[in-house]
Amino acid sequence: MAIVSPGFSGRRQSADVQLPPGQYLTEDFPVLTAGPTPRVPTDRWELTVNTEAGQKYTWSWQQLIELPAEKITTDIHCVTKWSKLGTRWKGVSLDVLLEEVETAADFALVQSYGGYTTNLPLEDLLDGQAWIAYRYDDDDITPEHGGPARLLVPHLYFWKSAKWVRGIQLLLEDEPGFWETAGYHDYGDPWREQRYQGD
Amino acid sequence: MSDHVDGNALAGDLREIFAVDLTVATGQCAGCGYRGSVASLRVYQNAPGVVARCPHCEEVVLRLVRAPGRAWLDLRGTVSLEIPLQA
Repeated sequence: MAIVSPGFSGRRQSADVQLPPGQYLTEDFPVLTAGPTPRVPTDRWELTVNTEAGQKYTWSWQQLIELPAEKITTDIHCVTKWSKLGTRWKGVSLDVLLEEVETAADFALVQSYGGYTTNLPLEDLLDGQAWIAYRYDDDDITPEHGGPARLLVPHLYFWKSAKWVRGIQLLLEDEPGFWETAGYHDYGDPWREQRYQGD
Repeated sequence: MSDHVDGNALAGDLREIFAVDLTVATGQCAGCGYRGSVASLRVYQNAPGVVARCPHCEEVVLRLVRAPGRAWLDLRGTVSLEIPLQA
């Protein structure tokens, strides 16, 4: 009798999967948005890192895609309770982008085209935990899912993975972002179910 | 399909927090000064909370987040709300 390994199916079986508390599995990719979808042509796109000392580092689209990229396969967890397994992305690690950046900052405020912001400790952007992603499932990231480029920080709830990313402000003091100023948790660890302030 | 609905979608949530139906109130946008009824706002509700934007400049004028047993209402984008009352 042939032995069929679930590993060859290319997708983990849901029974094998442990989800963060309160999450359910989804196969589709829900689109959540707090406003109109920005459509930023890549010839006008840029990413800026501003340091607490006022230094500015900028990458054009061409400069971004010429940097060493990684393929990332990761589970993602939305604070609205859906989780999606094995999502496949391509992007540039923040370790690469921040390598030459001189900073004493402990915090980052990520800024998006369209005005969205989200905050996180700088250490959560480093050590292979975060990317500027520009491909999803072997395709360009659609504007609805944050293209041309979005932040990917999959170990935190997905509202931290800012769509339409355009900048990172490095800060000495924590500065809460769009949802963090409206009741959501400052850090947002799905495994500790840090959904709302005080969780 | 439109990605937003109109401000009447705020009626249920706001009625729970305020005793009156605030969708008939007139608000002023802190971004551009536009004055209009709460019902005329552009409401994005496929999100972790409800986000209402000015129909004139698209700035956020109201945010409402619901959690079990509590809610947060952020009105920093609203200069004022004129609420009609019975004389």
